Amino acid sequence: MLCQICNKRAATIHLTEINEGMRSEMHICEHCAAEQGIAAKSQIAINELLSNLLAMQPTEDEIFGDSEHDLQCPRCGFTLENFRKEGVLGCPNDYEIFERALLPLIERAHNGKAVHRGKIPAKVPQDTRKQIKISNLRQQLETAVQSEDYERAAELRDELNRLQ
Amino acid sequence: MLACSKIFYDMLVMKLTDISNDINEWFSGSGPLSDIVISSRIRLARNLAGHKFLSHCSNAEKAEILKQLKEILLSLDLGDRVFYISVDKTSALNRNFLVERHLISRHHALAKGPRGVVIARREFFTAMINEEDHLRIQILKAGCRLSDCAKQINRIDDNIEHKVDYAFSTRFGYLTACPTNLGTGIRVSVMLHLPALKMTGQIEKFLSAAKDMNLAIRGLFGEGTEAASDLYQISNQVTLGVSESEIVRQFEDLIIPEIVEYENAARAQLLSKQVNTLDDKISRAMALLQNARLISSQEALFLLSHLRLGLNMHEHMGASTPAIKKLCQLKGAGNTVKKDRGLSIRTINRLFMLTLPAHLQLNYGKSLDATHRDALRAKIIRSALKQEQ
Repeated sequence: MLCQICNKRAATIHLTEINEGMRSEMHICEHCAAEQGIAAKSQIAINELLSNLLAMQPTEDEIFGDSEHDLQCPRCGFTLENFRKEGVLGCPNDYEIFERALLPLIERAHNGKAVHRGKIPAKVPQDTRKQIKISNLRQQLETAVQSEDYERAAELRDELNRLQ
Repeated sequence: MLACSKIFYDMLVMKLTDISNDINEWFSGSGPLSDIVISSRIRLARNLAGHKFLSHCSNAEKAEILKQLKEILLSLDLGDRVFYISVDKTSALNRNFLVERHLISRHHALAKGPRGVVIARREFFTAMINEEDHLRIQILKAGCRLSDCAKQINRIDDNIEHKVDYAFSTRFGYLTACPTNLGTGIRVSVMLHLPALKMTGQIEKFLSAAKDMNLAIRGLFGEGTEAASDLYQISNQVTLGVSESEIVRQFEDLIIPEIVEYENAARAQLLSKQVNTLDDKISRAMALLQNARLISSQEALFLLSHLRLGLNMHEHMGASTPAIKKLCQLKGAGNTVKKDRGLSIRTINRLFMLTLPAHLQLNYGKSLDATHRDALRAKIIRSALKQEQ
């Protein structure tokens, strides 16, 4: 991704601002960040990220509220306290049950992304596959336009038209 | 059941000693850009629908998952013989050996409960069952060959998927025990040899740039290990919101070419401006390796790295400094390729791998304390690096 200010260098600093519930993102290079007076701290390795994030959080109550703290997965018995200790979930169902609590961590770990875009198992019903594909193609089209890869963008647009 | 375990155990003993005398394919020193890119690896993390993740599984449930996946994996057509090793039943030495060859992870070696690994005989494919996730399949190839790895792993994944239901959500993709693997569950890694960046004092800059690109940098043996002998594993950290092919493309089109260019520029800089630094490192490495009576694994890896650099600079850049000339005159015992009479990269790689602690002990036939290992390692290296008569 290119820097949104100079449009020349690779964007290595990603700023997310949430203002009155509206989220805006900015992607810039180190050089432009320095010019704008934005200090860039080196990023923490992802394998340290979750434990650091969790260590920074004093209690679940303060972040997720009492209701999240008492929540327990009916299938595996998992609680957020388990996650704090082990850094892993108890069963696939936990992603649904604890979605609200996990979402910020997921976004931090995946560079702000929180929606799958990639392989879909063949067993997933055709309609669902199509919807996921359309959503993925739209995102890819956006990225291609942003990076000025117009040839790729045209290919993606044609593919989208075929699907819709 | 007992008879079945016995057969697998016998198979394990036979197979490990079968493979422990030589390097595996991914470490053969062949493939595109192999003077810098040692190997390419793609791993997919998958879990079975309808089961808990391993941290909440009883041993009985782990055994059930293991049985189901083992049967499926052993029935796959991989174009090679496959065999199974019961990781929880085998010895600590065997587990360490498997870690040294990158056939299992440290985490898998140290995990608890029923677990195993299915390995293709030529070691390009392994499937860890009950590691952090129910299943982690990986393809490893020598040199820069990520697209090949991606095609192959995808085909294998499709074949497994026909027979099981993976835990998958339309929003989060493949569901993994740790949210850091969520989405594609893909980990794309390349192992790079970057001695010139280190010698020219640029490695920190490179490591910091890689981190800024959301890449993880690990040592020779993965998570939690320091970079030994200037070998670095670089891998993606973001697995959600970006497709498998985009990640592979980013590595092939952007990350790898850039790193290779920097390392090559550093090598050129050593030749044009810092010949003494280069020759000093190579000469010291040769002198120590040819004469030492005791040598630790860490020191051997570090010194062999300098010989590897010298040989590659000779082969790929035509470098012929006094130390490199002397290096090329070494006989390189154990070199099985007739046309390469001198010391080869393959020989250096053999020494890298075969002098690792578990390899040494398995090939020697019994466990050895650190001093005996250091003596045996020094002896093997001395005899391999004899001066050409």
